[in-house]
Amino acid sequence: MILKEVRKNKTKTIFIITLFVIFVSLCVYFLSYIFFKDVFIAVFFGLVFSIITALVSYYNSDQMILSINNARPATREEFLQLNVSLEAICIAAGLPKPKLYVMDTDALNAFATGRNPDHAVICVTSGLIKKLDKYEMEGVLAHELSHIKNYDILVSTVAIIMVGFVSIIADIASRSLYFKNSDDNKNPILLVIGLLMLILSPIFANLLKLAVSRNREYLADAQAAEITRNKEGLINALKKIDEDEVQMTNINKATESLFIASPFKNKERDSLFSTHPNTKNRIKKLENIK
Amino acid sequence: MNIIYIIIAIILILLIAIILIYNHLVTLNNRCNNAWSQIDNQLKRRYDLIPNLIEVTKGYANHERQTLVETVNKRVQTNNLSEIAKESEEVSKGVKKLLAVAESYPDLKANELFKNLQIELTGTEDKIAFARQFYNDSVQDFNTAIEIFPNNILANILNYKSKNYFKVKENERNQVKINL
Repeated sequence: MILKEVRKNKTKTIFIITLFVIFVSLCVYFLSYIFFKDVFIAVFFGLVFSIITALVSYYNSDQMILSINNARPATREEFLQLNVSLEAICIAAGLPKPKLYVMDTDALNAFATGRNPDHAVICVTSGLIKKLDKYEMEGVLAHELSHIKNYDILVSTVAIIMVGFVSIIADIASRSLYFKNSDDNKNPILLVIGLLMLILSPIFANLLKLAVSRNREYLADAQAAEITRNKEGLINALKKIDEDEVQMTNINKATESLFIASPFKNKERDSLFSTHPNTKNRIKKLENIK
Repeated sequence: MNIIYIIIAIILILLIAIILIYNHLVTLNNRCNNAWSQIDNQLKRRYDLIPNLIEVTKGYANHERQTLVETVNKRVQTNNLSEIAKESEEVSKGVKKLLAVAESYPDLKANELFKNLQIELTGTEDKIAFARQFYNDSVQDFNTAIEIFPNNILANILNYKSKNYFKVKENERNQVKINL
């Protein structure tokens, strides 16, 4: 069942974010345990800094990402079929039509960005327009619309704040090591665990962020199938995207998780470090729906 | 004294529950109305496009065209959903056949005007199908919501009645695929 799949994915995302929050709290706890003096001021500044950065990127993310990836508006005159397809899918999803952009490259890819359904952008490559038929394109557009509907951009913004925050805490920890007085008597085992955790924390934080991103891909796939009532379209589109050999150039690594499939065509299989689940797994999950 | 607090707490909880249910029902009702107006818009859009199709196919396949033009120009004046749905499906079939007939003429097929019209018209057909799908899903949610307890009490007071589906033919989407 589609709905069951959607619910499972939502639970997973909540679980991972909870894990994230617990993890951040633990980091703060260990930090204050090891270096009690002045830690709260440092944490406060770290928090303020990351919130400001997050707010700025939250309100400007779409324009920033579009210019990073060299996208231009897809007018109705030039891309009639694409615009008509998007309008149709928006009706099916019950969402307003997002702005539509095109990237001039032969690589096959697409992404969505924006902060909410009223300020959303969908961008596809010109290669995708050439190579996909109408039903495959509808599947891709529905996948991107699902990201918008699910506020995935918000989820990833939250994830990015947390990663930034954890990194700052870890940074403070390693710096303040130099200034630490060694005369206080604290539990040595707890000290070692705390230090290890703080040093390794940025890696853990990134892994959690990637896990969220992979889960959201599965969720968007399932919803795309529900919106179009035609999972074959998306399955065939994913196959074409997977088999295509053209690499994307001029893509900023930071925007990788936004794309429908990883633009970097690395062939490693569903590793801990990938932003996207392996395409074969995604197709398998789609085929299991219903 | 304690009993008064308990009673106040119960009344508050009830009040919050009523507000939540009320808002939920109103939201669902509005969604159905919006979904319906979306279908209505697309049906109107199709009727605006049809004269262009008739115009552009003038002079081609005259005997076939004549019957199709009659089907396509049908328009019933009714508020009965199933009748509108039935008529809409007939017009759909007519439009698709007319497009298919036109496709067999190479010079017409190469005509830029016809190409754009074809995209717009098949797009409108898709939009009608999707709008219908969204409407029926919304109606299903609404009908379920006003039937379950305790929503049904509030629904009765608000005089919300279960809504009719815009009837869908099961293999509609597949048919579109064949005709393209």
